[in-house]
Amino acid sequence: MPRGYSYEVEMKVVIMGCGRVGARLAAMLDAEGHKVSIMDVDPYSFRRLPPEFNGTALVGNGIDMDVLRKAGIEEADVFVSVTQGDNRNVMSAQIAKYIFNVPKVVCRIYDPVREELYHTLGLETISPTKVGAHLLREAIGV
Amino acid sequence: MYIIVAGGGKVGYYLTKALLSEGHEVLVIERDAKKCDNINEELGSVAVRGDACEATTLVEVGTGRAEMVIAVTGDDEDNLVVCQVAKHMFHVPRTIARINNPKNEIVFKKLGIDVTVSSTNLILEHIEQEVPTHPLTHLLTLRGDGLEVVDVRITPDSTVVGKPLREIALPADSVLALVINRERGVQIPTGDTVFRVGDQVVAVTKEEAEAALRAALTGG
Repeated sequence: MPRGYSYEVEMKVVIMGCGRVGARLAAMLDAEGHKVSIMDVDPYSFRRLPPEFNGTALVGNGIDMDVLRKAGIEEADVFVSVTQGDNRNVMSAQIAKYIFNVPKVVCRIYDPVREELYHTLGLETISPTKVGAHLLREAIGV
Repeated sequence: MYIIVAGGGKVGYYLTKALLSEGHEVLVIERDAKKCDNINEELGSVAVRGDACEATTLVEVGTGRAEMVIAVTGDDEDNLVVCQVAKHMFHVPRTIARINNPKNEIVFKKLGIDVTVSSTNLILEHIEQEVPTHPLTHLLTLRGDGLEVVDVRITPDSTVVGKPLREIALPADSVLALVINRERGVQIPTGDTVFRVGDQVVAVTKEEAEAALRAALTGG
């Protein structure tokens, strides 16, 4: 293992959605030496990946089990869903967790109400709306 | 019964119309304002504009007292979330989802949606029945047991023509229920039943044994 890398174990990561967040996360994990495959329905979105990106970019819809299999979900250690659609994220995260038994599944849900529901139902969820509002409130101070 | 329909497209519209005529209290949630207006104009004030996945919309329409939520939008992920939110947040006793991609049927079952209707599969089954080149047609899937009722046509090149049933090796999980012949009518097959060209055989089989059953009866 080359020196200077921050990881100890190489993880296989599948990311659904190559928007700003998805692409950035993919580049980060790839630079750390993990095996990343990223999916998006729009091939134009892959322009956001840096030229040195070593992972796989795959055109396809992550709520389709065949596409997920192609992306290597059966061997994945981590699955992250960060498309623009809350429902797409929720559905693909549930497929990853309950059908393909991926050990670590994280899902972005903008809507805080839905985020709380799926959190109580057992999904690991992040609501950028909640986190963002909170950070802004802190930045304002007082 | 108070029924909420999510999605006011063609399926939602005609479903609502049918449910209303059966005397149910029906409410449609539709995102598109124009579709909402159309429904309200034609079926009376039964449509509310909004996103059926949002809890606020569902509170507004009194989902707490709904006995059934039916999600029939064109997007499987939306139908899944509507049903899950209705079930887990509002404790709606019965949720039904329309499925567009037939492969999602197992996903929905595993995630606890009570009933799924796969529009694509329904159309496919009808096509199979109408196209005579298909020797085996699905008639019905028995829920939960992995059993299905199929219809097999005996074609001229079938190896069972002229043979009695007892000489034919059927796969383990298959039972022939009926043999229908144009001249002899409907028969419950016995070991002595001889197969003729054009016979229609109705059988119950396990999904996995379907190919073996087809091979046994058509020799293909």
